[in-house]
Amino acid sequence: MSTASVANHDAAHDHHDHEHHDNFVTKYIFSQDHKMIAKQYLVTGMFWALLGGGLSILFRLQLGFPEMDMSFLRPLLGGWIDEGGKLDPTFYLALVTMHGTIMVFFVLTAGLSGTFSNFLIPLQIGARDMASGFMNMLSYWLFFLSGVIMFISLFLKTGPAGGGWVVYPPLSALEQAIPGSGLGMTLWLVAMTFFIASSLLGGINYITTVINLRTKGMSFSRLPLTIWAFFLTAVIGLLSFPVLFSAALLLVFDRSFGTSFYLSDIYINGEALPNTGGSPVLYQHLFWFLGHPEVYIVLLPALGITSEVIATNSRKPIFGYKAMIISLLGITVLSFVVWAHHMFVSGMNPFLGSIFMFLTLIIAIPSAVKVFNYLTTLWRGNLIFTPAMLFSIGLVSFFISGGLTGIFLGNSAIDIQLHDTYFVVAHFHLVMGSASFFGMIAGIYHWFPKMFGRMMDARLGYVHFWITFVGVYMVFFPMHYIGIAGFPRRYYSFTSFDFANMYTDLNMFVSVAAIITFFAQFIFLFNFFYSMYRGRKATQNPWRSNTLEWTTPVEPGHGNWPGEIPSVYRWPYDYSKPGAEEDFIPQTVPLSATPESNLPHEQEMVKTELEIMKEEEEVLVANGAKH
Amino acid sequence: MLSIIWMVYRIQTLVSVVKGSDKKLASGSNRINAILFVVFLVGTGILMFWYSIKEFDNYQLPIASEHGVVTDRLFWITMAITGIVFILTHILLFIFPYKYQYKETRKASFYPDNNKLEIIWTIVPAIVLALLVVSGWKAWSDITAPAPENAHVVEIMGSQFNWDIRYPGKDQVLGDYDYRLITATNAQGIDFTDKNAIDDFSSPVVVIPKGEPVLFKIRARDVLHSVFAPHMRLKMDAVPGMPTRFWFVPTKTTAEMREELNDPEFEYEIACTEICGRGHFSMRRVIEVVEPEAYQKWYSEQQSFIQQNPALADDLPAEAKALAEIQLREK
Repeated sequence: MSTASVANHDAAHDHHDHEHHDNFVTKYIFSQDHKMIAKQYLVTGMFWALLGGGLSILFRLQLGFPEMDMSFLRPLLGGWIDEGGKLDPTFYLALVTMHGTIMVFFVLTAGLSGTFSNFLIPLQIGARDMASGFMNMLSYWLFFLSGVIMFISLFLKTGPAGGGWVVYPPLSALEQAIPGSGLGMTLWLVAMTFFIASSLLGGINYITTVINLRTKGMSFSRLPLTIWAFFLTAVIGLLSFPVLFSAALLLVFDRSFGTSFYLSDIYINGEALPNTGGSPVLYQHLFWFLGHPEVYIVLLPALGITSEVIATNSRKPIFGYKAMIISLLGITVLSFVVWAHHMFVSGMNPFLGSIFMFLTLIIAIPSAVKVFNYLTTLWRGNLIFTPAMLFSIGLVSFFISGGLTGIFLGNSAIDIQLHDTYFVVAHFHLVMGSASFFGMIAGIYHWFPKMFGRMMDARLGYVHFWITFVGVYMVFFPMHYIGIAGFPRRYYSFTSFDFANMYTDLNMFVSVAAIITFFAQFIFLFNFFYSMYRGRKATQNPWRSNTLEWTTPVEPGHGNWPGEIPSVYRWPYDYSKPGAEEDFIPQTVPLSATPESNLPHEQEMVKTELEIMKEEEEVLVANGAKH
Repeated sequence: MLSIIWMVYRIQTLVSVVKGSDKKLASGSNRINAILFVVFLVGTGILMFWYSIKEFDNYQLPIASEHGVVTDRLFWITMAITGIVFILTHILLFIFPYKYQYKETRKASFYPDNNKLEIIWTIVPAIVLALLVVSGWKAWSDITAPAPENAHVVEIMGSQFNWDIRYPGKDQVLGDYDYRLITATNAQGIDFTDKNAIDDFSSPVVVIPKGEPVLFKIRARDVLHSVFAPHMRLKMDAVPGMPTRFWFVPTKTTAEMREELNDPEFEYEIACTEICGRGHFSMRRVIEVVEPEAYQKWYSEQQSFIQQNPALADDLPAEAKALAEIQLREK
């Protein structure tokens, strides 16, 4: 961070003065600089991704090699490996539960939104920082605390929560039903409470910042699609996370204070419980009211990042900018009215199923529009395959593959057979897991130069991409076959059933592919940390991009721009404009400076633009005189 | 090994710096990546078709219920439509990178929008999806409609980690139950003071007749479970405190299916598909589909709970006890 840049700030930002005296703690730990907080989120997210991925390797070993002697894991897992070298079935469930929780919340929500919303919102809208730096800091540290609590739960004697990441009661409410529902589940609930608080603080900040702190000229119709995506993601989170909190709160009451919100008519462990009148289906409604929007909370930022990366590296405007925004808005609204498609066979009224099938299939339309727009953006472009671009194309592929299988699952009649089979596992791992993950990786490759002032190595990026892209398909594509064959998910082994007593070869193949893909991520980790210190020095605008973040110094200080915040005069996608000399025109270039490339309607705006510029000039001069 | 990779990596980097290719917008790798996309497209495409055709009989489970034929047809119609979209979009997605890879001499076309195109690809998917919704909705409402009056009732109760089966007995009416009545000998909590319960009987196997409607009444004793009969295309959660149901018409007897598959060991199975704890993966029950005549015969030969365990009638009030004793005499 350069102190010089902070010293030069204009009068309107005196409140940054105290930042002159950054010490280690205020700079790296309790930082209120959005860029540092973004990096904190990123590194924490990477830690959790490794852990969450590692857990999946453990249960993939069990699924791919059920006969394997796992004694070698005893130093790590201790008593969860029995004398015969077998993985404990309860711990297997804990593994899938923690894998899901970690990946969905800690990696793809906090790691993705936390990193890129924080990093890009102020930089791309032209703001010095978030609306509230303090809340932003608080948001990260609550997330950190949540993570610490969840991490501790992994080491409990009774194991972490084991009822699946959805933690449906009564299983999650009754310690007698599964040991993980004891202290492990308590810690899960506490951790999630902090996580929800963190998400809300972050979300309020993102929304406020986008609405209030845009620079001159940055109207909503000139926002990069990344910002649109982050903004709507924050709106979704703000509206749905409180519902998860209420679901969790009622669960806490049922677990600890003897209420019966979700519990009714239960006989367990030789004892009839006193609870009557509750409904487990109520929990499912509350949970999925967040749970489904959550899918879009992890996906929209990835789609936003991809839109930006694809446009930049196709050297072409994103096709259908307005249509992209409308589909984002459509997805945002619809994401709240499709939740019960997770519950077609939960015993809820079948009429409700019909309604939700209808609404669910509607949400496929904006998603389809987005795909077609991506394809048309590539069409007749001039494509540069940076690692970020490769990962973005990979994302579009996953989004198609996983999105199309959603049409099966959203159809309640077809869902009867496919519900809770590996078909579902394949579906959501492609469309939400891998697609969002690829969006995140694309974002890191693309904005690494802005984060650390250095370039990541492209060749390692290519190797990383191809192993991961092929690997992800090798892991999740075969699961469709396994799912159509009816294999239920969250099964410790498939030997108990005749119908599922096959495909050991395919499961082994999936496990091997998963292990290879997992270890390929270390190429990325090496690239990331090595490039941070030894990578080639970045130039100011290495991807020749239009958006505002590339007008800051190579390593922006706190406050982002050393002088005035630049004004914005055009939309962010003027790539390869006919008549223009370069194949990109940054947002800060006035229309009046590019008469050769202006479209007719833009030429008409030149006059107004000049007038506004003149007025602003006068205000600036007047301000300067006052000092 | 690692140090060799490291050396290669360093040399590569130095060479590229010397050649100045790191300064270029798109180096030679651009072409390689573009080609790899096409290779990926062709390679995985072949792999997908080869495996899908070769393994068809393995992953396509035979259908043994009437509605299963309908849902499977919907499944394959959806597969055809989405399959076409899947292949077309992927051809475009991977051919474009090859065709439009970076050339210094070319400029990308400035093509920011086209409302006509947007409208077309909003409306076409909307129509296709509407057709899928309508057909799906029709199938769904038929499947979830109330069971016919003459349906054979079977009660399935999920518990950790077992399915308990109960038939209504000769009166064709299941007796009441209450979870507070559950004991070691009365695992389902049947209320024997209800006269309908007196002739209820249990069975280790779910026996049902071919060609006649069968109604599963489903409940759970402790946590959520889910009844899944893959060959019947049947799935319904078992929820404590909220009984659920699923009716269907089996179309092939176990014997017929054994013949068709040429597998004398074949059995229809019920599995659990809602995570329920340690033994979730092993909650197995066998369904045996038999001819209606054989079903009637089997049904009439079954012994009721009371007949199997007269002690259950011990504490009953006088009226119920009298009924139970009549039962016991019939034995």
